[in-house]
Amino acid sequence: MVEWTDFERTTIQDIFSKMNYEVVGQQALARCLIVYPWTQRYFGNFGNLYNAAAIMGNPMVAAHGTVVLHGLDKAVKNMDNIKAAYAELSVLHSEKLHVDPDNFRLLGDCLTIVVAAQLGAGFTPEVQAAFQKFLAVVVSSLRRQYH
Amino acid sequence: MSLSANDKATVKALWAKIAPKAEDIGNEALSRMLYVYPQTKTYFSHWSDLTPGSAPVRKHGKKVVGGIGLAVEKIDDLFNGLLTLSELHAFQLRVDPANFRILSHNILVVLALLFPNDFTPEAHLAMDKFFARVALALSDKYR
Repeated sequence: MVEWTDFERTTIQDIFSKMNYEVVGQQALARCLIVYPWTQRYFGNFGNLYNAAAIMGNPMVAAHGTVVLHGLDKAVKNMDNIKAAYAELSVLHSEKLHVDPDNFRLLGDCLTIVVAAQLGAGFTPEVQAAFQKFLAVVVSSLRRQYH
Repeated sequence: MSLSANDKATVKALWAKIAPKAEDIGNEALSRMLYVYPQTKTYFSHWSDLTPGSAPVRKHGKKVVGGIGLAVEKIDDLFNGLLTLSELHAFQLRVDPANFRILSHNILVVLALLFPNDFTPEAHLAMDKFFARVALALSDKYR
């Protein structure tokens, strides 16, 4: 069981309630594919990922970014038991999608950077700590069903 | 993952733009590293105050960002250019190289929040590669 302080709970709920999932999802996934190009291995059928401009303009990347953010939403709504809430997603990523779990951290880092750019000075060290703790729990839950 | 000519140009251009805020960047990045990754505090047990923005943190942030500025200057030959710093980190400071990644991440976060329009995905890519090379150069003499 993860212990959340009131500040952490409020911060996470706040960030996600104000977030534009389409914009943030697209930006985070695009950055991941651009900055860590080996992550493109999972998106062979996404068409043109040839350069940064192509990735930024790719509609499949944008659509999938939104899917990922809605997946995170599930964790936001089940903060007291993300592990259980993510059991199926974990099996999916392991058994069906075969995603190397290290990539979850890379996407998480890109998401942190996109949120930082959105919030500016509002992304204080305390807010950053809460957000990164949340992502760490998400990543750990996603890794759980890997065997 | 070596730096292309384009990467180097991108790093230099971005650094020139953000240089006026260098001190703030150093302070913010170090503050966040110590706060978000408390295990990094173990290297600074001799400081009076490890809270974000404290005097020792600000002073050291300035030093660190000065080192990065040097790396930008020596971008064409990081291993030789950062030799002294590498020996310092290897023989005296003995910072576990995993922490270079952590500090790099925090610098990138600070660049994103201070310069959201300049810190494009391309700039992000170039800086991430650059910091990885700097970390490699800094840990070159470790063993």
